[in-house]
Amino acid sequence: MTNPGKALPEGATSFARIQAGMAKRRAAERRFKMLGRIAVSVGLLFLSVLLISIVSKGYTAFWQTQMRIDVVLTADEIDPDGTRSAETLRKADYSSLIKQSMRDMFPEVSGRRDKFALYGLVSNGAAFDLRDKVMADPSLIGTKVSLWVPADDDVDMLMKGHIDRNAAEDDRRIKDNVLGWINQLEAEDRLELRFNIDFFTKGDSRDPELAGIRGALMGTIFTLIVTLSLSFPLGVAAAVYLEEFAPKNKWTDLIEVNINNLAAVPSIVFGLLGLAVFINVFGLPRSAPLLGGLVLTLMTLPTIIIASRAALKSVPPSIRDAALGIGASPMQATLYHVIPLALPGMLTGTIIGMAQALGETAPLLMIGMVAFIADVPQGVFDPSTALPVQIYLWADSPERAYVERTSAAIMVLLGFLALMNLVAVLLRKRFERRW
Amino acid sequence: MTQTPILLVLLLALTSAAYYFGCKRAFRVADGKIRKLHSLPGYYGLYVALWAALPALLILCAWLLFQGSIITRMVVSSLPDAIQQLGPDRLNLVVNDIRNLVSGNIVSGEPDAIMLAAADYYRGLLSVSRNMLFAIVLIVAGLSGWYGYSKIRAQHRARNGVESIINWLLVACSTVAILTTVGIVLSVLFESIRFFQSVPITEFLFGLEWSPQIALRADQAGSSGAFGAVPLFAGTLLITFIAMTVAVPIGLMSALYLAEYASARVRAIAKPLLEVLAGIPTVVYGFFAALTVAPFIRESGGFLGLDVASESALAAGLVMGMMIIPFVSSLSDDVINAVPQSLREGAYGMGATSSETIRRVIFPAALPGIVGAILLAVSRAIGETMIVVMAAGLASNLTANPLEAVTTVTVQIVTLLVGDQEFDSPKTLAAFALGLVLFVVTLALNFVALYIVRKYREQYD
Amino acid sequence: MSPQGQAMALKLDGAAGAAHVATVGRDVRETVGEIRVNDPRVRCTDVNVHYGDKHAIKNISLDVGKGEVLAMIGPSGCGKSTFLRCLNRMNDTVRECRVTGEILLDGEDINSRHIDVVPLRARVAMVFQKPNPFPKSIYENVAFGPRIHGLCESKADLDVVVESSLRKANLWDEVKDRLDDVGTGLSGGQQQRLCIARAIAIEPEVILMDEPCSALDPISTAKVEQLIEELRQQFSIVIVTHSMQQAARVSQRTAYFHMGDLIEVSETDRLFIKPRHQLTEDYITGRFG
Repeated sequence: MTNPGKALPEGATSFARIQAGMAKRRAAERRFKMLGRIAVSVGLLFLSVLLISIVSKGYTAFWQTQMRIDVVLTADEIDPDGTRSAETLRKADYSSLIKQSMRDMFPEVSGRRDKFALYGLVSNGAAFDLRDKVMADPSLIGTKVSLWVPADDDVDMLMKGHIDRNAAEDDRRIKDNVLGWINQLEAEDRLELRFNIDFFTKGDSRDPELAGIRGALMGTIFTLIVTLSLSFPLGVAAAVYLEEFAPKNKWTDLIEVNINNLAAVPSIVFGLLGLAVFINVFGLPRSAPLLGGLVLTLMTLPTIIIASRAALKSVPPSIRDAALGIGASPMQATLYHVIPLALPGMLTGTIIGMAQALGETAPLLMIGMVAFIADVPQGVFDPSTALPVQIYLWADSPERAYVERTSAAIMVLLGFLALMNLVAVLLRKRFERRW
Repeated sequence: MTQTPILLVLLLALTSAAYYFGCKRAFRVADGKIRKLHSLPGYYGLYVALWAALPALLILCAWLLFQGSIITRMVVSSLPDAIQQLGPDRLNLVVNDIRNLVSGNIVSGEPDAIMLAAADYYRGLLSVSRNMLFAIVLIVAGLSGWYGYSKIRAQHRARNGVESIINWLLVACSTVAILTTVGIVLSVLFESIRFFQSVPITEFLFGLEWSPQIALRADQAGSSGAFGAVPLFAGTLLITFIAMTVAVPIGLMSALYLAEYASARVRAIAKPLLEVLAGIPTVVYGFFAALTVAPFIRESGGFLGLDVASESALAAGLVMGMMIIPFVSSLSDDVINAVPQSLREGAYGMGATSSETIRRVIFPAALPGIVGAILLAVSRAIGETMIVVMAAGLASNLTANPLEAVTTVTVQIVTLLVGDQEFDSPKTLAAFALGLVLFVVTLALNFVALYIVRKYREQYD
Repeated sequence: MSPQGQAMALKLDGAAGAAHVATVGRDVRETVGEIRVNDPRVRCTDVNVHYGDKHAIKNISLDVGKGEVLAMIGPSGCGKSTFLRCLNRMNDTVRECRVTGEILLDGEDINSRHIDVVPLRARVAMVFQKPNPFPKSIYENVAFGPRIHGLCESKADLDVVVESSLRKANLWDEVKDRLDDVGTGLSGGQQQRLCIARAIAIEPEVILMDEPCSALDPISTAKVEQLIEELRQQFSIVIVTHSMQQAARVSQRTAYFHMGDLIEVSETDRLFIKPRHQLTEDYITGRFG
């Protein structure tokens, strides 16, 4: 560093050097930009592959293959004593009637195994449909009725093309003889894809063709009601205290650090808390939406508190000053002026917290909301499951027909999530205020 | 429990009445001239109402929380000694049966006379408890309401009273967060300590074999069960590592691209779309990983002549990485936007290209914040449950090969605790020990990450 | 240096010294004074800048001579900074900003399509209002430009450039023992001189300074002003300032901007002693500002 004057060549030379390096730098620039583009596209590609794979797997579940069967409602079989009492009608053996009707349709079928396969074409739920029909109108007894009942899930899968008719017989769940019967049924217009109402009105079932999301959906709704009614007031109150009234000291610092850390604690740990404290110490009923709601409340609370504090922060101090200046107490200034102004932001945060709770699965597994429950829960104390848990359960089931149902349940879940986020966005747009 | 709503309605009615009479009395003591009062009459009403409602509600909550366990204890102590002598897990079964008898559910086996008697006793206690609750709550509400009512004078500072009660309520609400943490710590800690009494902590932390089966008979093969958690830690780290190798480059590059290059329109579309990835429930990712990605990897592995397990770490890690992309990108985006514009201008003003500005100025300046963001993402990946439960395996496998199946801490917590187990076996307690490790690790990561990010923010504020 | 001497040195272009007549827009004011010089480094003709709907710079023509310091003054929001940022196309980084007109650097239009902004900015470097050293070491701050532009073959070359730039910026003696310290740890005045050193390390032809002393204390300001005086030997300097005293101290020519118009350009002493335009007079006598 003895001769600084000679360090750089004349301006023109330095400019020439810059020019000479430009091609390389431009190329580097283009490469970098391309990397960025690729990153964004890969992210978007992931999203679209995910959604497309779910929708393409699941949309068929909204239709269900139904079979038209003609059943002779013999009085001897249903009500031998002719009492027509509800009890007798309920207990009658309707499945044997349906078996009979199947035999009537295919008189050539003989042998135990073949008959068993034949009966298997119709869902187990057909007997219940028939029972409901007879109980609603006992005068049908003694007549021959024609009704549409759900077909077995294998038949359904075949009709939807998920089972390849041309595959070798050994690789196919439906054997050749059964395929022949199905072809015959199709030729007689006895098989039809119809809108799958049961999917929305029934609870879980071991038979895929009968399984619906109603039970899980009601469980989720009860859970979310508990969550909302606890976490919103608690979260808002905590936020108001921390933002408006709390003195700045070690204790409030601790609360603040604590809330930020809780927001990032894995959800499964909240499940452990629920199991150890709510079930084992307080003895709350296992598997109940009440319990799920409590656990999810604790989980969503940090989200709501953080969002509510941000909303409170965005209310300018001049509003508080104005209220205090005309003699309102701090509590009055907060209740009558600050909170109403911050409410849209708090609601947005709450909706986002609820969306988080809606999609949460892991803590619910810990507290037993994962059992097979066929009944639709009626209240917050009934054992129940939740929609995401139902998805988990179905995803684990081996039957091919559950795949489409899982996907369909996911579509319903995503639909609800989209709706909630839409509401949050609209709320934010509608009430967004720049001070 | 069906009476609770009725009780709540009664309490609400009582509270409303308290409000009404409070207001009335305020008017009366002021001779109808509000000016004479310290506060508005409504505050006197509220004051009385709060007095009426709060103590009663407190008692109600405590009662409902503890009623179950107290009654159970009383029933157990009334059982014959022979049953009481049973081990804790058998006793648990008995108690469950009694509870089922009470609620009219199906019971395992034929209930005998002792059980029926116990169930009757249980039922009796329950109804006594309910009636007592009814009476006590209403009496307390009446008394404390009366106390509030009797305090009303013209100069009584009702507003201050109400406000300080509300203030205490707010304090109580903000303490819930602390209580949650305390609850988490205590619950995992106690159960873990019980676990470490049967399995030494060193074996748990450093043991290389994990097979938590507890034999039904003592002489059965492999009856001891092995609780060495190293394979789980290794599996968790492997999957987290795969997830981060997907999420960090993609998330970071998209954040940089969207912040520095993309036009306003592209940004307005791409950013929310990427964030949709964060809003999709993890169970959906799990399903996607298990049914779409894993078979795909398996098939393409077979095509390349590689042997891929059907539940490979790669599939779970890949999908988890997808899920974390928006997490990394939106956190980095915040961090990048916090880099002052003047630094960008400084670089541009000397003829740096955009990529040079990003690589040499913005990225180094944002690095601490980005590191914080990545740590948060790592903590999230470690704690993620559903994807690995559905797409990673159950068998513990100490390997670094992403094509093999591994299991993780969260998977084991779920498998150990889902289903009907006795609560006191080392098997279930092990889940809490794993939970403790998970909690401590994620807490430490969050703590460090939040600290780094905060320091970083302060630097540019 | 006497005022006369400065004026003589510039050899004002008499022909172009006449009032430049506005050609577009009715609300555009004529420029009074000498907008052209004989040997321009930068020659701007009819430059207009729009921010969305806002017409921020209205039809300005102005020369920057070789080896001169041109000061730009005017009330805040008058467009002087915006105009400055046109000269090395910093306005490209601002979305929805549109620049039209001709800006010739050594006879070449910098707004032309095939001009690359990167080497352009290496020739027309910029120093900003707020000192903005990168959060790196002092050495790395100065070495940044030569590194990205590939000006030095070796580490030794780079060392030489860093030292000479710091010397030119009158900062060497203060920092030579702590080149590895973070640049943001320096005092405000040192930071600004570091930013100037960073700019001159790439040997530009023109240095643009946007209110370089507004964030500095009087002593630091004096040091930077002295530095500007020295740098004039090698570079053309355009400085935007809110301080008329500073303009009078450091510049040879001064341009007065008002509401996006260039009102008057004269040699500095003439502008402050005998302003030709009423608005200029109002401004320098403190009627508004």
